[in-house]
Amino acid sequence: MSKLIIPTPLRKFTNNEGSFNSSGSTVREVIHELVSTHDGLKKHLLDDNGNIRSFVRVYVGEDDIKSLNNDLTPVAQNDIVSIIPAIAGGIA
Amino acid sequence: MGTTFSKEELERYSRHLIIPEFNIEGQRRLKESRVLVVGSGGLGSPLLLYLTAAGVGTIGIVDFDVVDESNLQRQVLFGKEDVGIPKVDAARKRLQSLNPHVNFITYNTQLTSANALEIIKDYDIVADGTDNFPTRYLVNDACVLLDKVNVYASIYRFEGQVSVFNYHLPNGEKGPNYRDLFPEPPPPGLVPSCAEGGVIGVLPGIMGSLQANEVIKVITGVGDPLSGRLFVMDAASFETRTLKLGKDKTNPLNGENPTQKELIDYEQFCGLKTTQREEAQDVKEVVSAQLRSLKDSGSDYQLIDVREPYEYEIANLKGELMPLNAIEDFVGRIARDKQVIVHCRSGVRSARAIRLLEEKYGFDNLYNLKGGILDYAENIDHSLAKY
Repeated sequence: MSKLIIPTPLRKFTNNEGSFNSSGSTVREVIHELVSTHDGLKKHLLDDNGNIRSFVRVYVGEDDIKSLNNDLTPVAQNDIVSIIPAIAGGIA
Repeated sequence: MGTTFSKEELERYSRHLIIPEFNIEGQRRLKESRVLVVGSGGLGSPLLLYLTAAGVGTIGIVDFDVVDESNLQRQVLFGKEDVGIPKVDAARKRLQSLNPHVNFITYNTQLTSANALEIIKDYDIVADGTDNFPTRYLVNDACVLLDKVNVYASIYRFEGQVSVFNYHLPNGEKGPNYRDLFPEPPPPGLVPSCAEGGVIGVLPGIMGSLQANEVIKVITGVGDPLSGRLFVMDAASFETRTLKLGKDKTNPLNGENPTQKELIDYEQFCGLKTTQREEAQDVKEVVSAQLRSLKDSGSDYQLIDVREPYEYEIANLKGELMPLNAIEDFVGRIARDKQVIVHCRSGVRSARAIRLLEEKYGFDNLYNLKGGILDYAENIDHSLAKY
């Protein structure tokens, strides 16, 4: 299982869970598994075509998936997948 | 060799001077440097305190705000006696007493597309301690256009991020900038609303201190600045990660085909011009004084509060609590045969609730309390806490 880290602003859609374990073998599979479990996250992470939105950054380990194979980047056992949100300050 | 130090300065900075790789040359570079700190709030407080203590020669401070009681939970630059005073004035007073050898230049104004280039051009480095997306992109773009290093930190609740943008690499190239990280801002509907804001007070202290450390590293050349990397921290779980940050070929400022040569309208870029304000305008409204008359006259009306329970505990108007996120569960409890006043903190969420109830459930008797409970606290009932 890989571990996906949910950033604070999105935890309201995951019952405040800070991480999600997934058996997906690519970033795409991991994200789709996440949004099928937590439906409210879908519009925040994926556009209408199921692609990861441009204002969301996804990392596998230390690497931005953009520098790898985007959402087809493989995810191995024990990999940490991070969603990095744009945050601006204490009061929006 | 132009820059010299008095005996008092040598003694003050002695703990820097005895670090072998820092020494008096590092201190000289600090004294010769000019740093602009944008925002003197949660991040700006530790930034300004440490940069001043460290002996940066000239520090510019941009802030348009006045010190508010609710700032003191995290903005350690200010004290109780500063409440109501412009932040730049209170900051200058505090900082000048910390280190009289520093030259301060204050700008009691909001950084905008009209003044940013003029203000930033005279500085070597900018430290961004702002709290909103439009200003983040403004500071970033101005720094890229003017070739300035932008030391960035951002916070939200327990989560913090730090990076050094547009760093001047030894090979002459520039490191990644904010638009390489986030090419575009999240649409306003997906940005946390005021109900979902807040920040643990220590977090800006941590992130602003890291930011100050990066500023000092960039100036002195000591260590490896956080360029091409993004540090993220969750202070709740104490998970920290340092992620790689690359350049984006499509960056409109300095990617392969740059299209943006000047500053733009950042409110519009962040989609703020067409949402909240218009949303609040196209519903029926009452003002605080009208609500008070209704209360005083004993009229038959219903008052609904669409905030969260933890907000209700801070201050309330004794309305019926029906949080926006679950408002549809309460439809059966909303009257259709009398006037219904709906309120939230400032009027945005309640307008959203009214639009939903009108469009989906056909209500035509809903009125938004203009300015929310904040306006009521300001103008009618001074015993209510503003937050």
